[in-house]
Amino acid sequence: MFSADLLANAVVSGLLLGGFYAAVAIGLAIVFGQLDIVNIAHPAFVIVGSYTAYILNSRFGLDPVLVGVLAAPLFFIVGVAIYRIYYAAFERTGQESLSGLAFFFGLMFIIEVTLILVYGVDYRLVSAGYSAQTLAFGFVDLPGRMLVPFVVAMTLTAAVWLYLSRTFMGRAIQAVAQDRGALQLMGADPVRIKQWAFGLGIATAAIAGALLIIIGPVEPSVGRQYIGRVFAIVVLGGMGSIQGMLIAALLLGVTENLVSTFYGPSWAPAVAFGVLLATLAVRPAGLFGR
Amino acid sequence: MRGWGFRAASAALLAAGLAFTELADNPYYFNATYVVLQALIMAVAWNILGGFTGYVNFGSAAFFAVGAYTTIFLQKAFGLPLPLMILAAALVCGLIGLAVGYLTLRLKGVYFAIATLAMGIVLETLVNNWSYVGGAKGTFMLTPDEHLWFDSYSEMLFMIMLVLALGSIAVSRALSSSRLGRGLAAIRDDEVAAECSGVPTLRLKLVSTTVMGAMMGVAGAPYPYFVTYVDPISAFNLFIAVNAIAMPMIGGTSHWAGPVIGALLVGSAQEVITVTISSELNVLLVGIMLVLFITLAPQGIVGLARKHWRKRS
Amino acid sequence: MRRICIALFAAAFAGAAAAADPIKIGFSMALTGGLAGAGKGALIAMEIWRDDVNKKGGLLGRQVEFVYYDDATQPAKVPPIYTKLINVDKVDLVVSSYGTNEIVPAMPIVMRNKMVFPALFGLAANEEFKYDRYFQIMPAGPYPKTDWSKGFFELAQQQKPRPQTIAIVAADAEFALNAAAGARENAKKMGFKIVYDKTYPPATTDFTPIVRAIQATNPDIVYVGSYPPDSTGMVKAANEVGLKVKMFGGGMVGLQFAAIQKNLGPLLNNVVNYDFWVPEPTLDFPGVKEFLAKYQEAAKGKGVDPLGHYLPPFAYAYMQVLGQAVAATKSLDQAKIADYFRKNTHDTVVGKVKFGRNGEWATSRVLMVQFRDLQPDNLEQFAGPGKRVVLYPKAWKSGDIVFPYKQ
Repeated sequence: MFSADLLANAVVSGLLLGGFYAAVAIGLAIVFGQLDIVNIAHPAFVIVGSYTAYILNSRFGLDPVLVGVLAAPLFFIVGVAIYRIYYAAFERTGQESLSGLAFFFGLMFIIEVTLILVYGVDYRLVSAGYSAQTLAFGFVDLPGRMLVPFVVAMTLTAAVWLYLSRTFMGRAIQAVAQDRGALQLMGADPVRIKQWAFGLGIATAAIAGALLIIIGPVEPSVGRQYIGRVFAIVVLGGMGSIQGMLIAALLLGVTENLVSTFYGPSWAPAVAFGVLLATLAVRPAGLFGR
Repeated sequence: MRGWGFRAASAALLAAGLAFTELADNPYYFNATYVVLQALIMAVAWNILGGFTGYVNFGSAAFFAVGAYTTIFLQKAFGLPLPLMILAAALVCGLIGLAVGYLTLRLKGVYFAIATLAMGIVLETLVNNWSYVGGAKGTFMLTPDEHLWFDSYSEMLFMIMLVLALGSIAVSRALSSSRLGRGLAAIRDDEVAAECSGVPTLRLKLVSTTVMGAMMGVAGAPYPYFVTYVDPISAFNLFIAVNAIAMPMIGGTSHWAGPVIGALLVGSAQEVITVTISSELNVLLVGIMLVLFITLAPQGIVGLARKHWRKRS
Repeated sequence: MRRICIALFAAAFAGAAAAADPIKIGFSMALTGGLAGAGKGALIAMEIWRDDVNKKGGLLGRQVEFVYYDDATQPAKVPPIYTKLINVDKVDLVVSSYGTNEIVPAMPIVMRNKMVFPALFGLAANEEFKYDRYFQIMPAGPYPKTDWSKGFFELAQQQKPRPQTIAIVAADAEFALNAAAGARENAKKMGFKIVYDKTYPPATTDFTPIVRAIQATNPDIVYVGSYPPDSTGMVKAANEVGLKVKMFGGGMVGLQFAAIQKNLGPLLNNVVNYDFWVPEPTLDFPGVKEFLAKYQEAAKGKGVDPLGHYLPPFAYAYMQVLGQAVAATKSLDQAKIADYFRKNTHDTVVGKVKFGRNGEWATSRVLMVQFRDLQPDNLEQFAGPGKRVVLYPKAWKSGDIVFPYKQ
């Protein structure tokens, strides 16, 4: 059953999938990787992004990617608001670990259940012209519904990386992760910077959600499948490294797809978590971690 | 609560439970209290690691499900009686708790929490692929015909759960006031300092995870008989994990009575809402209450009560 | 004399008060989730029956009332619902939810309470329980697992050159596994070689790896057992990958729902799949066209299957049988009603119904239907004959197969 054709296609679609995973994980890479905030609710925000794309696509026929980009500023504001609550309740009082985790856990739950109450458990789809088309390169297929999200995800990752390494605010975000005290001495307000970073993380969820619903149908509990994946990617990539996150995402995509194709899709969910557990056991700092 | 006071209260509750089985005959009441008692055991168990030791476990549903699937496996393979299955579930889940603890407790609390989530999904995938216990399509447990002197099987399950619940509270209470418990509290407050003062942190943490795992397995063991149909999606349901966290946090994590109060309050509210409005709404309720209590009253109801008494005196 | 009059009045009054007490029929139904497309339509059909019956004075002189809850196509929700229906709502009769995955979880509870259980479209749900008060309105036949796919294989056998190899793929859930088990048995019996035989988790959304893996084994025919979300995903993936096989389809639930048919349109061309009633001239049973007209009127604007060809006629039919049983036995006694179900041939909008072994139909009426010449984005094309041609069994055949599916 092993053929070059099948293998090549599995690897290529794994890369496309992994690229998309990077878009989902990048928000967490900023928030958890740089700021050590365990936002376990990030995939739930991605699903909200998917539903936003679905609503505007089915009501007004707007392209999902466009919706994602337009919704990003709104998501940014929501992110800032959530960070303020988080800061006031936990960071200021120094109780991050236990309560902060449970806070985001509860938040994730509220988001999922609210979506179920409002939209029900039916799968939602978007229609976009490119999703039914496939580019063929010899015996390798590039389906539109995977290729477009891949390209957008790569653009997003590059944009965020440039932002963090080239702009003032971006470098301030990296600084607050490395040495908060020094930053304060230089006159910058760590709270404002973290707030900005958290908002940025949630803003990426708007775009990632739009990409998710292009790839396949979405319903509220789909977010849970991504918790393991995003944490596996950020941990494997190494905290604080965007390049590491990208490589980890591509690796995960390819591994999952190979397992799915050759062993059967029923084992695919365990891949991400298996990778996560293995990384934590063997090299918790990840590939490129600090 | 003094030792004899606690024992007297437990005996009284047991007697009340027996009386209840004689007086009430609508199986619905027994089903509803079973659910609340199950949540109570899960909450008490979670608090041993979460409240006493300060490590958050998101994978509670996995321990619960493994307890349930242990029962299913033993029933299909050997047809053992329920008490043996409960013991087996405690053993298996205790071992899993030990293993998970050993693999991840060297890491920071955050990583431990994520690892528990990971472990949950891995276990769920394994069960999904194990066709002997039904795999993804689930399996059935027909209600056995014998139910001792009780009028129905649901009544017997209720009494079993009551005994297990009181037992788990007793264990939790004993743990919290023992030397072991003080060591756990030291770990919760400042692990590095505790380690420096000579507290054998790793060993104590492993005891915590093992006891927690065993207790959650015990909560899950009678579940297949209660619900008659088990599939991985319902057994490993994240809602069980949320409840296990929310109830102690709402009740108060620092005292052994916290999870009990939280479970009784929240559990009963959930049953009422499920019957009167919808079951989705009660899931939302738990999430909202969890977030509200964490942000506004992190010490839970016990903490609020203490503050109130302190103000008075 | 006055005392007698007062006594008579009092008796009449008491009788009237008792008659006002409605008969409660309880069930759970997939109103949301994967099967909601058909579940909501089934509910409408059942309500049409209830209203028809109540207009004529009800059953046993009492009005009929439904007590139902949404099970969201989640099997785990079913046992608590039936426990509540029986113990809290205290219903007089129960019927099932829609679909194998939703019927099976209710069985232990219904059996414990010894109630008669008319069931709506469960494949071999009673094979393990062998409950003698279970009655299935889906015409799978006395050996449902194999009767279900027999037509698909017999059609394959008749083609020249005769296909040799088969791929079987199914969702890891009760219905699909039963369908796949039957397919496997039929394949072995009729001498087909199985080159691919795997399942996928029910929550799968990306079917491209699966279809690619199937194509890599080069099967002649592909038999799929799936529920609506995965059926749609499979057909789309087959199109995306460009699956080249001689026959494709078999046991895909959902390809009978109008909304999915419209959505997939020409992607369905030449798929051979099961069905139970299509608007072909060979299936014009007395009463069915009138019922469908009533249904289509009631369904307007409710976001349900607008044509109602799949589940609604059968949902109406099984309520018809239940009503006839209650009226004939003049009671709500579960044993008597079950007896009536078992011993008689019933007249319904889907023809004559006779129950046999294990509560299944005494003779199978699983149709093999082929989609033909479908245009994109067109719902009306499904309202009449010619687009879903019945290939099997011979008694209901309305056209010949187009073979192969795609080369």
